[in-house]
Formats: sequence, structure tokens, C-alpha cells
Amino acid sequence: MRAPSPAVVALRGVGKAYDNGTQALADIDLDVRHGEFLTLIGPSGCGKSTLLAAMAGLARPTAGTMAWWGGNLAHTGAAGRRIGFVFQAPTLMPWARLTANVRLPLTLAGMPRADADRAVAVALERVHLTRFADHLPRQLSGGMQMRASIARALVTEPDLLLMDEPFGALDEFTRQRLDAELLALWSAQRMTVVFVTHSIQEAVFLSTRVAVMAAHPGRILATFDMDAPFPRDDAFRVSAEFASHAQRLSACVASAGADAMPEAS
Amino acid sequence: MSAVGGPGSERVRPDPRARGERLLRLAAPLAVAIVFLGAWQAFVTLNAIPPYIVPSPVLVARTLYADRSLLASSLGVTMQIALIALVLATLAGVATALVFVQSRIIEMSFFPYAILLQVTPIVAIAPLIIIWVRDTRIALILCAAVVAVFPVISNTTLGLRSVDPGLLNFFRLSRATRWQTLWRLRVPSALPYFFGGLRIASGLALIGAVVAEFVAGTGGQGAGLAYQILLAGIQLNIPRLFAALTLIALAGVAMFAATVALSKIALARWHESELPRDA
Repeated sequence: MRAPSPAVVALRGVGKAYDNGTQALADIDLDVRHGEFLTLIGPSGCGKSTLLAAMAGLARPTAGTMAWWGGNLAHTGAAGRRIGFVFQAPTLMPWARLTANVRLPLTLAGMPRADADRAVAVALERVHLTRFADHLPRQLSGGMQMRASIARALVTEPDLLLMDEPFGALDEFTRQRLDAELLALWSAQRMTVVFVTHSIQEAVFLSTRVAVMAAHPGRILATFDMDAPFPRDDAFRVSAEFASHAQRLSACVASAGADAMPEAS
Repeated sequence: MSAVGGPGSERVRPDPRARGERLLRLAAPLAVAIVFLGAWQAFVTLNAIPPYIVPSPVLVARTLYADRSLLASSLGVTMQIALIALVLATLAGVATALVFVQSRIIEMSFFPYAILLQVTPIVAIAPLIIIWVRDTRIALILCAAVVAVFPVISNTTLGLRSVDPGLLNFFRLSRATRWQTLWRLRVPSALPYFFGGLRIASGLALIGAVVAEFVAGTGGQGAGLAYQILLAGIQLNIPRLFAALTLIALAGVAMFAATVALSKIALARWHESELPRDA
């Protein structure tokens, strides 16, 4: 069990309205707890990606307050806290080899090349891409590109990893494999993860906690603790415990007027 | 966690372009040329058309050989003007694009004038430039550069703006400076667009050089191909006119091919436009 610690991100009454009047988010109260694997799930248009972008500082809320480790986002870097982000698409630089792609955040931070290369080697090792260090993105499969994208997020040793439907575009087999790899990374790195998905199976498999969101306006309906023990493996996917969690979640998601249907597993 | 079932199998091999297609790429246009020249020769010979109306390809070839020293020096002059103009247009165009992309206001304020430069016929501006600039050669280079600069400006500006929004977000998240974003993201993203502009500019630089020379009518030592054409026209030396025309066409093709090769060298590794096509 993880000890209770100060909130990694604390949201109080956070709202986001667009200029055209659309209420993307309304009155979000949420604490991202230290070390947890929190998943945001809900129908499309419920603002889960917007919420994640707000946590990254990419989208500015129009209402409410946000605090990162009890302070301002501008100071998190100075305090040695880092936020990693993985997008829906791998978003790698097509002209650069994997090493240069993974090294990017360190290069931008001005880290000396030798130190950066050591960190890159470790990150590539973690996602099993060491053999492909000198490849260009186009020479890799979609799953491998996504792993490279994860390596790029991990290379800064982030305290908070934000992931926006990272495996949504992958086939089911690749997705399950990457889910398992992600869990292993999470427990090895002792980092906090906020993960966005529209797959109930994925949410149950990965999370320590799930927040179900609803649309119009984007809001959090309920949060569920996923107290199944770790490590979780393929046997967990077919256990009665998994099924009961999935059922609870899908009932709630369905009440959100969901188009996020539970997938046949 | 298992180390991915046979990652080697997921790799896409860079498969070589089919040999047959490469051969066809060369043979097909060559065949068209042979048929065309043959028909031309036959037409001129059979109808006994005088060489001062239409010279036969054989006569043009002979003239090319006979006047080789005169034509070669003129070709040198024209090519030099066109190449210097192309380099100048490239530098000025890229610099302008880099300034444009720094701020929307600057771009909005000045882009219409870049268009103005583009739509004003060089024939109309050339006399002015030739009057203002004392050195005729420099005047010709300026004229050619004015013609060639627009595609470089517009393509490079477009390229510098055509950045993957996800990557741009990643740079923002990583707190990249403006300079880092420009150098590590915008410039590489713009390369394919820039080379597209360069291809067009190479042809325009040559056209600009020839047109400006027509207007200037420079003779003597520094006479370019345009002057040879003018003179040959006046003297009714039509075979030489055709020979000079042929050289201009070949020079244009050579400049185009050179920019294509440059683009290939720069982009072959990663960009879709230079990758071997899937069967």
C-alpha cells in the first residue's frame, strides 16, 4: 500500500469554457494522489483530454484553481519536479533517429550530451528498444513508435506521467502487451500516472483509481478504487474480480450516456 | 513483461526501387525525343523547308558544334547569372521567411508586397533596374533574383508554419525556447517545402536571366545566350538561334536536376516524397 502524501495535482472547482460558449469542463474537484495510477474514462466530448491538458499546463482553465505539488506550475521545474506527457499519436520527429527523439527533452533542457546519452540508453532499455536506437520512426511499427514516445517521456524521470489515450490507435494484442509493460514501468519507477482511455478493460487492468466522466458539461461523475493487488497479469484479465470491477465501471459509464461500450475481451 | 515477440520482424525494410522502373524512367522520355526529332527531320527534309524557316535537328546539332566556342562562352555567362541569382534568391527568400514566421503582423504587413513583386512582369521592372544599377551584370543578376525569390519565400514560410501540432505541444511542455523551436522543429519541418520552392526557383532564375538580358541587350564580351538569340534572329541565322535555344533548355533541365538531387540528398532518409514507392 502506498502511504498518503500531498496531492500531486489538486484541482478545485476547475472549469474550462471555450469562446463559442461550449463548457468543456465544469466544477472539477480532483486530487491526484502521490504514486497512484489514476485513469480518466468517459464518452468522447466529456473533456478528459482537456482535463489532462490542463494538468500538463497546455490548456488554461477559465475557472477554479490548480496546484502542482502545492504550488504553481511555473515553479515545478525549478523544484526538480517533472511532468512527462504521452500523446495519442507517437509525435516523433520523422527526420531524427530514435536516440535523438528520446533525447529531445534533455537536449531542450540543455543537459550535457554525455549525460543525456546515458539517460537515453536507460530509457530505451526500459521500453525494449535498445536494438532500434539508430532507426528512424518510419522504420518502426506503430506499437514500437508508441514505446519510443513513452521512452521520451520517461527519459526526464518524471514524477508525474500524463498519458492521453496512448494506445487507442493500436490493435488489441499490442495494446494489452503495452498495458502490461506500462504497469511494470509504473511500479518500478514509483511515479504518478494519469491515464486517459475510453476502454473499460484498460481502465480496470491498469488503475488504482478510476474517475468516470460525463459530457455536457464535462464533469466527474464518480471515482472508483480499483483495489485488486499488484502485480496484475493476464490471469487478472479473466478473473471474477476483474469482471466485477468492469461491471461496476460500465454501469456508471453507461449512466454517463456513454458511447464508451465495454469491449469484448 | 516479455521482450516483444521478434521485434526484428516488425521492421520495414527499405526495399530498393524496381530496376525496371528506373530503366523505364530513362528510356521512355528518350524514346519520345527520338521519335520527335526523327519526325522533325523527316518533315524538314521531305518538304524541303529552308533552314531560315525551320532548321533540321541535324543542322542544329552541326551549328552547335561549329559555334561551340561562341555558344559555350555565352552559356557560361547566362548560367553564371542564373546560378548567382538563384543563390541570392534562396538566401533572401529563406531570410524573409524566417522573419515572416516570427510574427503574424510582420507577415501580414509584408506578404502582399512579396506577391506584388511576383505578379509584376520582370520585363517591366528590368529596364528600371538596368538604369539604376551601373554594372549590367549585377543588374541582370538582380532581375533574375527578383523573379526567383517568390517561390522560396512562400514555400519556406508555409513549411516553417506546417509543424506537427503534437510536436509543437511537446516543445512547449519541454519549455523550449523560441530559438530551439525554430532550429530543432520548424527548420527541419520546412525542408521539404523549401526544396519544392527551390525547384521552381531554379527554372525562374534562368528565365529571369534570359529575359533581363533580352531587355538589356548586352553584347560584346559578356554576351549571354539571350543576346545570341537576339543577334541570330536579326541576322536570320536561325540554326544558331535554335542551337542557343537548345542550350537554354538543357541548362534549365540541368539546374532542375541539380535541385532535385540536392533535395534527394537532404530528404532521402526520412521524407515521404523521396521514399521508394510501395508496389
